[in-house]
Amino acid sequence: MAITEQSKYTKADFESANDVRWCPGCGDYAILSAVQSVMPTLGIPKEKFVFVSGIGCSSRFPHYMNCYGFHTIHGRALTVATGVKSINPDLSVWVITGDGDGLSIGGNHFMHAIRRNQDMKILLFNNKIYGLTKGQYSPTSELGKKTKSTPFGSIDNPINPASIAIASGATFVARTVDKNVKHMMDILKRAAAHKGTAFIEIYQNCLVFNDDAFVDYTEKEIKDDHSIYLESGKPLVFGKTHDKAIKLNGFHPEIINLSNGNLKEALVHDEKTEDRALAYVLGQMGVENEGLPVVFGVLRDIAQPTYQERLLEQEKEAKEKKPKANLEQVLNAGDTWVVS
Amino acid sequence: MTLTEEKLKKIETLEEATIRFAGDSGDGMQLTGGQFTNATAIVGNDLSTLPDFPAEIRAPAGSLAGVSGFQIHFSSKDIHTPGDALDVLVAMNPAALKANLRDLKPGGMLIVNTNAFTETNLKKAGYDKNPLDDGLNQKYQVFSIEISRLTQLALEEMKLPGKIVDRSKNLFALGLMYWLYTRPMEKTIEWLKKKFGDKPEILEANLKVLKAGYHFGETTESFISHYEIKQAKIIPGKYRNITGNEATVLGMLAASQLTGLTIFLGSYPITPASDILHELSKYKHFGIRTFQAEDEIAAVGAAIGASFAGGLGVTTTSGPGVCLKSEFINLAVKTELPLIICDIQRGGPSTGLPTKTEQGDLLQAMFGRNSESPIPIVAAATPGDCFDTMLEAVRLSVKYMTPVFFMSDGYLANGSEPWKIPQIYELPKIEVKFRTEKNGFYPYLRDEKTLARSWVKPGEAGLEHVISGLETEQNTGKISYDPTNHDAMIKIRAERIARIANDIPDIKPIFGEIKGDLLILGWGSTLGSIDAATEKLLEKGYKVTNAHLRHLNPFPKNLESFLKNFKKVLIPEVNLGQLRMLIRAKYLIDAQGLNIVGGQPLKVNAIIELAEKLLK
Ligand code: SF4
Repeated sequence: MAITEQSKYTKADFESANDVRWCPGCGDYAILSAVQSVMPTLGIPKEKFVFVSGIGCSSRFPHYMNCYGFHTIHGRALTVATGVKSINPDLSVWVITGDGDGLSIGGNHFMHAIRRNQDMKILLFNNKIYGLTKGQYSPTSELGKKTKSTPFGSIDNPINPASIAIASGATFVARTVDKNVKHMMDILKRAAAHKGTAFIEIYQNCLVFNDDAFVDYTEKEIKDDHSIYLESGKPLVFGKTHDKAIKLNGFHPEIINLSNGNLKEALVHDEKTEDRALAYVLGQMGVENEGLPVVFGVLRDIAQPTYQERLLEQEKEAKEKKPKANLEQVLNAGDTWVVS
Repeated sequence: MTLTEEKLKKIETLEEATIRFAGDSGDGMQLTGGQFTNATAIVGNDLSTLPDFPAEIRAPAGSLAGVSGFQIHFSSKDIHTPGDALDVLVAMNPAALKANLRDLKPGGMLIVNTNAFTETNLKKAGYDKNPLDDGLNQKYQVFSIEISRLTQLALEEMKLPGKIVDRSKNLFALGLMYWLYTRPMEKTIEWLKKKFGDKPEILEANLKVLKAGYHFGETTESFISHYEIKQAKIIPGKYRNITGNEATVLGMLAASQLTGLTIFLGSYPITPASDILHELSKYKHFGIRTFQAEDEIAAVGAAIGASFAGGLGVTTTSGPGVCLKSEFINLAVKTELPLIICDIQRGGPSTGLPTKTEQGDLLQAMFGRNSESPIPIVAAATPGDCFDTMLEAVRLSVKYMTPVFFMSDGYLANGSEPWKIPQIYELPKIEVKFRTEKNGFYPYLRDEKTLARSWVKPGEAGLEHVISGLETEQNTGKISYDPTNHDAMIKIRAERIARIANDIPDIKPIFGEIKGDLLILGWGSTLGSIDAATEKLLEKGYKVTNAHLRHLNPFPKNLESFLKNFKKVLIPEVNLGQLRMLIRAKYLIDAQGLNIVGGQPLKVNAIIELAEKLLK
């Protein structure tokens, strides 16, 4: 990727002329603004960015970016992005999806794009609801959730996006939340720097159909007791007064009280471990096993050849092996005979 | 055996022959047929083949479900089809006999491997008693040959495992047929040497059995004569034998070279289209990019993404795959991006007959999407024609910025014919232009003549834009829900495709005059049968003409006036009348149909019979 002088662009360069049509107060606004703010800092020429989305509230995103964009069909953005990046690996490809788009109708592609380590960013706006179709439960909605399509409460177990990403072999997994713009921007920059699939789950508030779904992690008074902000190499400490930490008991994370000086028992994060177990345990906390805080930050960031690197490598080798191949030769290959 | 003795056997000259090798899927019938085809091509006969294999990969040995066949029609004259009825049937077991006997001409040669007619095998094929003892020889010339035992005898000294011995018995049958039709064995010997070069024992065994079969024909008294079929008068040039799927791949490769576009094939395995993916994947050194996706939907989605990025997206599939892709195909319609959708049709509905042929997807290609969704459709007529038809599909797709359906079918895909290899300079020019001019750019500004919007490669500074499946404003491409704009956009999309009619050749008679009593109109793989039927009808003195449509949407400009020059129109199709429905609806012409949907190409005689009835 050609790196140009930094700060050649400003945030305004990435704002499109189209009116933004999300509901006033929607969490999507904060995400859009964070992305537009981060873009100028990446040193990538504006014309090299491509935003690809599916269908859903979040998927309107490309229309609001002043970049190349493709607003595709429901659930399938990752497949289109795969084609874009495979034809021109020089582009910086960003996929915008939601919990319904990415995990329900598009669940299959989610798994496969990640396992191939497609060189693209996946921003999944998780609002635990279907917004655009006006309020049905989504694959991340909690058990018992009452919505228009579940008047007696949902009887489906929810899915945890981070768990699927990690199980699919994601090389970069992070979580952030719309209200913490500074953190979101840091994570976006980290994702931009990653080679291969960078998956970010963004907790996003849908104030119309699922307001306060993430209030535990955003409300000033309580958020510190419910969230841990990860830093690689640092122990998992949390709480308003940093008085609590997580320790591993076998495979089970437990809360310990730090008042009696037992910090060394605390679990220390390492985003670079090849083994997926740690990231998996972290990703589950507070989501799949209740009573624990939810982690934010980079759960996993490992280096692995990307799909596009392998593609180009294979092509290069094939060309080196048959440097003189031409169409005429191929048309005339095999058993031929001349009729005169 | 000496040469003098061999010459004692009479050689009769025939004009043409149709033979079929049939046996268990494990008997190597496809391979045997393929080798016979190569030898026949070398002799210079015109030929046409029809492989027929079971849908099950490993159906129980000896069962009817496991019967595999390979038919070849070869001639010293120009031929059009793999033949209606067989002159020779080689049946390697009772099931093969049962499944194929009805196609053998009365008086035809039936060559059977009697060793396989055991009680168990007879039972598996559903015979109560041995049909060979049941008066078959009154209807056919039956040659009961102990092919398995003769193969064993030929290899007795080598002491090979029984399995290997048994597996080479197909070569005995091949050798015998080489003798019967005086074909040279050299190509097969060469091929065996290449294949088993590192396994000298197996090579030796195979060569021995092949020759044993040949010599058996010479020596045994059962065969009084053998046959030759003289070289056909074909247009001079360099030829190779080619299947439809191979020609499709070469068409894609040529298109990529002619346009300079990187071809991106997104595909998911499906019979009978998979071979295109296999074959095209070998051309990485030409910069071809192939992607076996997680499903049919991802395959077409990635292809559309590739086209958006400035490559040429292609997806290959069969009818069931088209069902899955249809939402995405409409995205390409709406965003006006090039895309080639190859539908290698098979028997349906649903899973249907995966390995058999059908023309059942024409209306699916035409209408199988939500709303008004016009897409150009081109169809190949013969295996070799897949090459030219693919080039035409690409030409239309990039010139008019539209997805294009390329229709082939199971019969064309696996069937083969001699193909005159084109010279590079004979290939059509296909121009591709990417817009780089920033001034006055809007994504949906159109070329006045073609109505095509311009193609822009992401990465081009100053031309950043977003495309979407949502309805967009004319020219600017902004999201628009305005009723007048939507009405206009629906009509522009239709008009853009309709205008292609100005850019394609007029329809012309193939056989017969431009006016007459009956026009036989076809599309796709029925060409061979229709050609052959028309020739016969003309010989009989009827005022009959045939013509064939490569372009099914839009139709050639002169089609209406052309049709109206005939008193009657007959449209034979391997479906229930899909082209007929389009023709009737569009031109209010009372076209008649011949519609036999048996998973097989149409029989020439069936067309002749109905034509004669209509001509009365
Ligand atoms: S419905 Fe919910 S997610 Fe959609 S725009 Fe409105 S607030 Fe945002």
